[in-house]
Amino acid sequence: MIENVDLSLVDWSRAQFALTAMYHWIFVPLTLGLSFIIAIMETIYVRTGNENWKRVTKFWMTLFGINFAIGVATGIILEFEFGTNWSNYSWFVGDIFGAPLAIEGILAFFLESTFVAVMFFGWNKVSKKFHLASSWLVAIGANLSALWILVANAWMQNPVGMTFNPDTARNEMIDFWAVLFNPVAVQKFLHTITSGFLLGSVFVLGISSWFLLKKREEWLAKRSILIAGIFGLISILTVIYTGDSSARTISKVQPMKFAAFEAHYAGKGNAGLTVFGILKNSEKKIGEKETKEFAMRIQVPALLSIMTGGDSDFYVPGIEDLMGVGPEEHQQLSVSQKMENGKYAREVLTDYKRAKMIKDTAQIRIIRDIFHDRDFIENNFRYFGYAFLKIPEDAIPNVSVAFYSFHLMVLLGFFFLIVCSVALYILFRGTLLKNRWFLWIAIISIPLVYISSESGWVLAEMGRQPWIIQDLMPVSAAVTRLTAGSVLTTFILFAVLFTSLLFAEVSIMIRQIKTGPKH
Amino acid sequence: MITLITYSFLQSYWWIIISLLGGLLVFLMFVQGGQSMIFSLPGNDIQKTMIVNALGRKWEFTFTTLVTFGGAFFASFPLFYATSFGGAYWVWVAILFSFVIQAISYEYRSKPANLLGKKTFDIFLFINGAFGPFLIGVAVATFFTGSRFSLDYMNQVTWDNQWHGLESLLDARNVALGLAVLFLAKSNGILFIINSVNDEILISQAIKKLTINFVAFLVFFLFFVITILLSYGFTADLKTGAIDAGKYKYLHNFLQMPLVLILFLTGVISVLYGVEVTLFRGSRKGIWFTGAGTILAVFSLLLVAGFNGTSFYPSLSDMSSSLTIRNASSSFYTLKTMMYVSFIIPFVAGYIWYAWEAVSSKKITVEEMKDEGHIY
Repeated sequence: MIENVDLSLVDWSRAQFALTAMYHWIFVPLTLGLSFIIAIMETIYVRTGNENWKRVTKFWMTLFGINFAIGVATGIILEFEFGTNWSNYSWFVGDIFGAPLAIEGILAFFLESTFVAVMFFGWNKVSKKFHLASSWLVAIGANLSALWILVANAWMQNPVGMTFNPDTARNEMIDFWAVLFNPVAVQKFLHTITSGFLLGSVFVLGISSWFLLKKREEWLAKRSILIAGIFGLISILTVIYTGDSSARTISKVQPMKFAAFEAHYAGKGNAGLTVFGILKNSEKKIGEKETKEFAMRIQVPALLSIMTGGDSDFYVPGIEDLMGVGPEEHQQLSVSQKMENGKYAREVLTDYKRAKMIKDTAQIRIIRDIFHDRDFIENNFRYFGYAFLKIPEDAIPNVSVAFYSFHLMVLLGFFFLIVCSVALYILFRGTLLKNRWFLWIAIISIPLVYISSESGWVLAEMGRQPWIIQDLMPVSAAVTRLTAGSVLTTFILFAVLFTSLLFAEVSIMIRQIKTGPKH
Repeated sequence: MITLITYSFLQSYWWIIISLLGGLLVFLMFVQGGQSMIFSLPGNDIQKTMIVNALGRKWEFTFTTLVTFGGAFFASFPLFYATSFGGAYWVWVAILFSFVIQAISYEYRSKPANLLGKKTFDIFLFINGAFGPFLIGVAVATFFTGSRFSLDYMNQVTWDNQWHGLESLLDARNVALGLAVLFLAKSNGILFIINSVNDEILISQAIKKLTINFVAFLVFFLFFVITILLSYGFTADLKTGAIDAGKYKYLHNFLQMPLVLILFLTGVISVLYGVEVTLFRGSRKGIWFTGAGTILAVFSLLLVAGFNGTSFYPSLSDMSSSLTIRNASSSFYTLKTMMYVSFIIPFVAGYIWYAWEAVSSKKITVEEMKDEGHIY
């Protein structure tokens, strides 16, 4: 059914979605983190009655507002692009995927948008406590909306709680709680929102440091560094913890992604964890696909085995094992075999549809039983998406992109652990103003934390290619039947629009920061 | 109660929720209606600032309702989501585009160093105000007039032409509903401004604009309703699922569902009353009557489009591909789960009302525009 899809259509559809998602993610994490920092600051203001804290709160709130609007703008496109550009996907799994999006709207967006109006315009209209409650509700609403969209995304990475209905030719939800408490969802939510908290903290640290370098707003800057330093430190520790558990889960549910981001081709026990590495093309090939090898690397021996399986002897399968070309004793079900199994599932579905068309009730009954057969579900339908792959090597994601995005994210994560710790240390020692080098590092950390944050999503989404739904549907089967030219046109339109708006946002933000808080 | 929750009950329940959200969305597009007059209504800059700030404190409600409308459609009728959004690509992209440029315009227009200039952001607001309601009206009109698509055995959509939805502009009925929604949004926008600002000159300018916009609304609305009532509709056989064209289908729907007819007429009368009290009795509360009337009228129109064995998204290319609330819905389990979630809606409506009142308790004045810290 998808055999004739124009690949450039798939590529432009992916590019458009990636463009929207990456722009959206420039703004969202700051909303997630800064909203809580503002709520904490306002709480201090309400408890102490110190007007300086109100000034501090209002300053960060202005920056929050500038960022919030553009986050909302890019968010709406993402939601609707599932329909406009991925209509086959929308039908195939809409029964499951649509629910979190709707809940996001009902439970989170209204909370956020209702109280953000009170937050901005309510200073002289509502009581202090009502205003404070509104600020907290905006923070909760923003993070609640992240929960539901991440539940939806996690389901794509690890589809659970559903069954396939051959009559409707789609997957249908049978267990809402399994979808909500999907282990990938829980870890993804915690990892993602705390990374947003970290980004918000680093943003506040950097701008406060700029004020100190300029010898302006010392009161605001030091208090902001205190709040952001503590909040950031707690956040980065949680990010590291959830990142570790998340990687362990990925090794089980998306082993190919795991092997790709470690550039782990040949499986082994005592596998070392790469701390830093540079890849180069290898002469070795897997089928038609070129492979990579390390030009240089620094690794901790056996740590990958220990972190993955809790034991240094634990065998961590590599890409070769997963492709079925590794050592015999560690071979897994090969991709070729999965393709065969998936094709059989697709043929059974086609036969079922044909039987329904000619109203062959006996055949309908027989095939319907097959769809309920556990063996068929676990060994064939589970690999339904493999039927659409042209060659087995299509199952390997871009190793370089996965490897570098993962390692960049991790290295920067540990860098921010140091930044937050040092910020608090020199703040408590009272030497913040003397350590101008640190103030510069804090400023430079702002672009770095955005790079780190975007890298996380590049890894999550590029690392799971070719799948839009792990093992069940590749992106090529999910795309809407449009002309590549149509999608290219809208891609250009959105690229120009988003880029212009980003420049406007950054320009306004810089001007507001330079202006400083109102007196 | 549990035995009452059948699959068809849930499908109807969710169509009611969708229709209600549709009604709310059209009402809340008073924000867009007001924006479309950003260059023609105010007599000076301070009046423009008052209008923008009155509307700007509500834009997120419209935006969020649109997002929730989309999300609820995705969750409850995913085949519509896949078919319409993927098929009528250009119409939906144009709608989205117009809403993206709105979202940032309020916050950025008066901020220093906004690069594009205040005028550009005001033009963005105008574009969203004029094209947003019009295009949404055109898209909704296709619920009655049909679209050119077909679905294969895997329910994958193929649009019949490369215009991907833009061809709907060639049907006068679609254009009429688009213009009716636009002029209704403009009328509601005027009534909202009259209700929200405390500036007699601005209010008298607004009242002058109301008559012409409301008459335009009535003309296009009546044209749409009359032509729809007299034209073919798309009937779905509830037992076999077969779709057939039926003369006066929507007229029959109204007559066979008298409660819906009463709701529709109540809505229309309420809209007329809201305008009448504003024009002839000097009331400033007309928005609440036209608002409630708008919600009721749109709500009942959408019920007519989906209930009584009607295809709510008919296909003109392949009648059997037409979508009904039966063949386009989510599974029983999903609809039931979502129904439980929907029970929170009254609570959501409650806090929205509370916060709305808290922020809007004082009318916008010239003085406030000079003193307020956060000004659009």
